[in-house]
Amino acid sequence: MELPLLHLALVGTPNSGKTSLFNALTGSRQKVANYPGVTVERKEGFFVTPLGRQVSLVDLPGTYSLRGRSPDEEITRDFVLGKASGEAVPDLVLCVADSTNLRLTIRLLLELKRTGRPMVLVLNMFDIAARRGITVDVERLAKELGLPVVTSIAVRKGGTADLLKLTDEISARLAAEAEANSWRALSVAELRATQREADRIIADCVSLPSRPDTWTARIDGIVLHPVGGLIVLALILFVMFQAVFAWAQPLMELLNSGFDALGELVHATLPSGLLQSFLQNGVISGVGSVIVFLPQIIIIFLFILLLEDFGYMARAAFLMDRIMGGAGLHGRAFIPLLSSFACAIPGIMATRVIDNKRDRLTTILIAPLMTCSARIPVYTLIISAFIPAKDVWGFINLQGLVMFGLYATGIASALAVSFLIKFFMLRDYAPAPFMLELPDYKMPRLKSIAIGVYTRAKMFLVRAGTTIFSMMVLIWFLASFPQPPAGATEPAIDFSLAAIIGKALEPLLAPVGFNWQIAVALIPGMAAREVAVAALGTVYAIEGGKEAAEQIGQVLATKWSLATALSMLAWYIFAPQCASTLAVIRRETGSWTWMAVTFTYMLVLAYAASLVTYNVAVALGAG
Amino acid sequence: MTDTNDTRPHMPLGLAHRGYTGVIQHLSAREAGSALSDIELESRLIELGFVEGARVEILHEGLVGRDPIAVRVDSITIAVRRREAMAIIVA
Repeated sequence: MELPLLHLALVGTPNSGKTSLFNALTGSRQKVANYPGVTVERKEGFFVTPLGRQVSLVDLPGTYSLRGRSPDEEITRDFVLGKASGEAVPDLVLCVADSTNLRLTIRLLLELKRTGRPMVLVLNMFDIAARRGITVDVERLAKELGLPVVTSIAVRKGGTADLLKLTDEISARLAAEAEANSWRALSVAELRATQREADRIIADCVSLPSRPDTWTARIDGIVLHPVGGLIVLALILFVMFQAVFAWAQPLMELLNSGFDALGELVHATLPSGLLQSFLQNGVISGVGSVIVFLPQIIIIFLFILLLEDFGYMARAAFLMDRIMGGAGLHGRAFIPLLSSFACAIPGIMATRVIDNKRDRLTTILIAPLMTCSARIPVYTLIISAFIPAKDVWGFINLQGLVMFGLYATGIASALAVSFLIKFFMLRDYAPAPFMLELPDYKMPRLKSIAIGVYTRAKMFLVRAGTTIFSMMVLIWFLASFPQPPAGATEPAIDFSLAAIIGKALEPLLAPVGFNWQIAVALIPGMAAREVAVAALGTVYAIEGGKEAAEQIGQVLATKWSLATALSMLAWYIFAPQCASTLAVIRRETGSWTWMAVTFTYMLVLAYAASLVTYNVAVALGAG
Repeated sequence: MTDTNDTRPHMPLGLAHRGYTGVIQHLSAREAGSALSDIELESRLIELGFVEGARVEILHEGLVGRDPIAVRVDSITIAVRRREAMAIIVA
């Protein structure tokens, strides 16, 4: 008889190694979605126990308590209590603890126990604890807590064997275990009592070495140094952006020639006509010009995930707290803003870690100013077409430097906007507290990082295959119809709908140096910013006719002036057009007004920046 | 816990400098000009391990106004702003 799916929930404090355990148990069998009605990410994975039981595992957001002071924590609480809408009550709760740091988890566990759900304490990173001389009396701990305790080393092969075995044992006698829920929000006195109880249990069962982790202390001595730390942070960001540009280049060229060859193949095999044009110009050149940026997206996520796993992100927040505070931002805003470099959508969703509504709103409003990875295609295309690839001062790549400059401008504008918001709109309120655990440094583990990068890369490709693909089809259609009358001598695209729309918009964009082709490309760029590149590719490919196989960058270099190129770069620092970001802002703020505010202020900034850039460049002779 | 601390004057952790070590005597959320309510601030401090009797040491300070501070609380390190650290009375 097939046993029903066993529902497991993973609970733990932030930094408990929950995610690496989740990755170790489920591998790449993961599903990422949202809880209905809220924007909390719901991560579910699947695995099979040694005895063949099918298991669904949900990775709940990290929390220190069940009080539910943020949407993340509410989800965790409701899920464990079986109150989350549309969710099964978990058959078993796995409470994950960092073995080197049990204090906060044991307190959380004592609170969790009151929910009456069958529960297991998983002592993760047990190897690191042993190496540091921390010994845990597992049996005694299990007796004191009154629940099974199992050790695990999520990052090692077979490190979760005990946990899997225990899952089988427990699932066999589950029905007998569930107890009634006696949990209710704890008072301050009860909180204190649970922490005291936790400390007592730890004192009884765990022997800590007299000296703390010396590596963490040594590294912190440098990276948390008031001045040195900021220099290290700037260096890390600089290396990151150089890497995005320099390391990805060979791979991107490879992908590019692959798509070119594919386009050529289609061109050679199919008879000339609409189908050939659709496949070569619409599909291959359009989608291909976006997929080419996969290496860069992988590199940027690799850096973000590595820094997060290493434990550096919290340090960055510490260093930036007061500096960002000067601009009216909370230290916790640093992580959402850094995520926004990948994409503003997860960045805006990550603002949920900011409890204060006003701090959160400010962060949401400026998150789209962080240069997201979707702008990378636009930047790299224009930079490689117009900026010479020479070295300055012998070792800095000029193209990388321009890229860094664009990022820096984005950050500076974000700080300026935030300062203005604080100054004009949200005056006189006490800043919300900044309280954050600085976890011990941990060597990032390849497998966990690989799974994280893989998930993001897949999301990007799916987007390229759906949203971007359908926009490309639309653009191809607009650029191809209506067909030119017989005997026309001008390029076919001059007769198309795209040209009609683009030319209608041209007078508005002429002062910033944009031609009608750019105007056409900006419209589908609303769906996803990188589509603008693909759209330019399609528009120029159809216009170019026979030279369609030529690289889009080379085409631009001949069609645009340097002033137009620089103006386009300036526009894209602000680039208000991203429908998904606007949709997320509406959802997260629950208001159309803030969405409209964001769109308007970014549009104004983009137009102003382009206007200034274009006219200065023309005056300097780059027109 | 050693008792030598009983002879030291009580002070808020928010006023201590880098290198300070001491023991938490009590929490007094009212002393801090935090944006949080007293109960909320106290709850959060407890959840992060700031309870009576815990050993604290200030490990690091930020650049601007020596703020925030990185505090070792028994076996973990927590970053807080001085404003909230005013609620933690140490000796």
